[in-house]
Amino acid sequence: MATLEATYGTLRDRWHDYREVARNFIGTAALWLLIGGLFLWAAIDERQLFVIGIIVGSILALGALGLTLIYGVLKFGNFAHGDTMMLGAYLAFFFLTGLVKETRRDTNVGISFNDLPGATDRLGDLSFGYGFLLAMALAAVVVAAFSVGLDRLVYRRLRQRKSGIVIFAAASIGIAFALRSVLLMVWGPEPRTYVSGITPKNDYPLDISLKTNEVFTFVVALSLSVLVYLLLFRTKLGKAMRAYADNADLSLVSGINTDRIITWTWVIGGALMAIAGVLLGLQANLKPELGFQLLLPLFAAAILGGLGKPQGAFIGALVVGVSQETAVAFGPVLSNFFELITLGLWSPDIYISAGYKPGIAFIILILILLLRPRGLFGGIT
Amino acid sequence: MRFERVITPAALFLVAFLVALLPFERSGGDLSGTLSFLTVFLTTVAIYGVFTLALNVQWGYTGVFNFGIAAFFMVGAYTAAIFTKPPSDTEFVQYTGGFGSFFSPDFLDSEEWLRFLVGTAAAGAASGLLAFLLSIPTLRLREDYLAITTIGIAELLRRVVIEERSLVNGTNGLVGIPQPLGGWFDPSIYKYVFLIVAVIVLVIVFVAVERGIRSPWGRVLRALKEDEEVASASGKSVFAFKMEGFVFGAVIMGIGGSIYGYQLRSIAPDVFDHFFGTFLIWAMLIIGGSGNNWGALAGAFFVWGIWTISLQLNGYDIPGALQTRIFFIRDFLIGSMLVLILLLRPQGMIPEERRVSIWLDRRMRRSKPPPPSGAAP
Repeated sequence: MATLEATYGTLRDRWHDYREVARNFIGTAALWLLIGGLFLWAAIDERQLFVIGIIVGSILALGALGLTLIYGVLKFGNFAHGDTMMLGAYLAFFFLTGLVKETRRDTNVGISFNDLPGATDRLGDLSFGYGFLLAMALAAVVVAAFSVGLDRLVYRRLRQRKSGIVIFAAASIGIAFALRSVLLMVWGPEPRTYVSGITPKNDYPLDISLKTNEVFTFVVALSLSVLVYLLLFRTKLGKAMRAYADNADLSLVSGINTDRIITWTWVIGGALMAIAGVLLGLQANLKPELGFQLLLPLFAAAILGGLGKPQGAFIGALVVGVSQETAVAFGPVLSNFFELITLGLWSPDIYISAGYKPGIAFIILILILLLRPRGLFGGIT
Repeated sequence: MRFERVITPAALFLVAFLVALLPFERSGGDLSGTLSFLTVFLTTVAIYGVFTLALNVQWGYTGVFNFGIAAFFMVGAYTAAIFTKPPSDTEFVQYTGGFGSFFSPDFLDSEEWLRFLVGTAAAGAASGLLAFLLSIPTLRLREDYLAITTIGIAELLRRVVIEERSLVNGTNGLVGIPQPLGGWFDPSIYKYVFLIVAVIVLVIVFVAVERGIRSPWGRVLRALKEDEEVASASGKSVFAFKMEGFVFGAVIMGIGGSIYGYQLRSIAPDVFDHFFGTFLIWAMLIIGGSGNNWGALAGAFFVWGIWTISLQLNGYDIPGALQTRIFFIRDFLIGSMLVLILLLRPQGMIPEERRVSIWLDRRMRRSKPPPPSGAAP
């Protein structure tokens, strides 16, 4: 009797193991198939939206890279990420134009990159001059320094007290709202742009038309992502960061300097946040409340790729960007799909409004959490 | 000890003093005006108290990180409105339901109370159902997954309300929500009646939460919050208990949302944004003291007091540069106060109590005089 039960127990355990492996495999395979299908459909049927989605996705990728790095090393979700991006964007606006809000009107502090000789002359087809590039670089430096300072003031103390991850998350939410109110205090609630006036679109092969700004955005985002990749996988610092993220205790034993790792994580994360914010401001108007709305796509991207996995965050962000931008074209596809599976009995007229863009990121998030919470590249759960 | 004995009462007293003094001074000593102002203030505190108690169940006792209170708030308020309003009679105002007349059968003047009971119950049920659905993909994972999922659902539901105009009248929102017992009293004294209604709801919720927490069920929740592995080693299903705590809190949030709708009489999607609908309640709970129901109420009073004082200050003749910014300054203060509390005094104004059983309370009361408050158990 006892042997029988033991045999049954072993068999059951083995069955559970197989089931777990199968579920992981099927979950990952299903996710990759869904992503492949989405990209294929978008690239063939909705080429213009697809390209815009890739550009938006590359901006999100910079934010998600920072988020996933911070998550990997510090093990908490930084809910102030979107608002720090906005801080970077507004700082660049300030460095570029020198404007802050007075009571009703803006006032110029009198010193800005736009005052430099020739700083506003447009570079080629771009809508901005070299002043903008300087402002972006300065904003990246300032936000990196700000992030390190914030870590010293807040997060390091929480680490020393060995607080739980939720305390970190709650603190970051407090910081997010404090930051947002600072932006509102200094620059007011009205939308801001870096340069006024419209820029023409250029035609590219395959019926795609793009502004040169958008090409610039993609090139900057892609080259920064490649830089981060090289830094993480080709330098000693990056190796130490990855080791610390994988196993903090083991890396401490091997003599890795924790403080240095954490400082560099914030420097890289902060600079990426600022540049992502600035590039976003080039695409759309800046508004302080944008920061909190960015959290959902950023987290969806990072979780889709696997938290703590930089290459995952990049792909995840592209997926989120493409699905958000092509969402408006989902309606007819879904209608056809329902018509097909009900053999023509039911063909609903589905229309997805552009207002649902944030909802797409949410649906992606729920899908990953159900199918494979570790994400495409097996991150932290 | 010094903090609880001196600083907490002093801070609460200062806020109470200013909340009472400023309208009195501004109205030039009009006592009845001040009284009616304070009534509205206390009603709002009572409603926020319901929310902080609910969040306390989720966060303070269960350790579930709900950062989308706005979603449950909104579901509660809209459900209650749908169940109490009469059906729409013009084509300019579109909303589903309008079951108000259905739940007002012709007995015992039921129009004044029955539909509100139904509406509040439905609000709690709808909000609880939402929590149940959300808990399935998230509660088995790390805590912050629930946070981002609830942020997402709050954003998504607000989008749905705005985009689907025929659902609950889109951005214009629902106006003319009826008020409980409204027909029995003169409009001029109704706010005092509503204060009593809100306080009764708050007391019921408070007693329910206290009872629940000081029961075997509540002790499992608190054990879970301290150490999930130990709790699951004693044979408790971590997932099931977390889900129960989350759903229980969400039901209370739905009830709070319904009372909020009855008080304001009009709701629109922009009321339920992340700052007003979620962050404020978090700040109240953490500043007041998570894990203690009295702390939750003290936090609601304190933070809403600061909110009201800043509104009052804005009425004075202050420089224009300050006037346009005073609300942002207030938001900054509340945000940084939250961070400071987490850094310097994570237990909040009134810290968590260690003794958790009604039965033990009773036995200790019988056997010897109660220990001086604050003595370590």
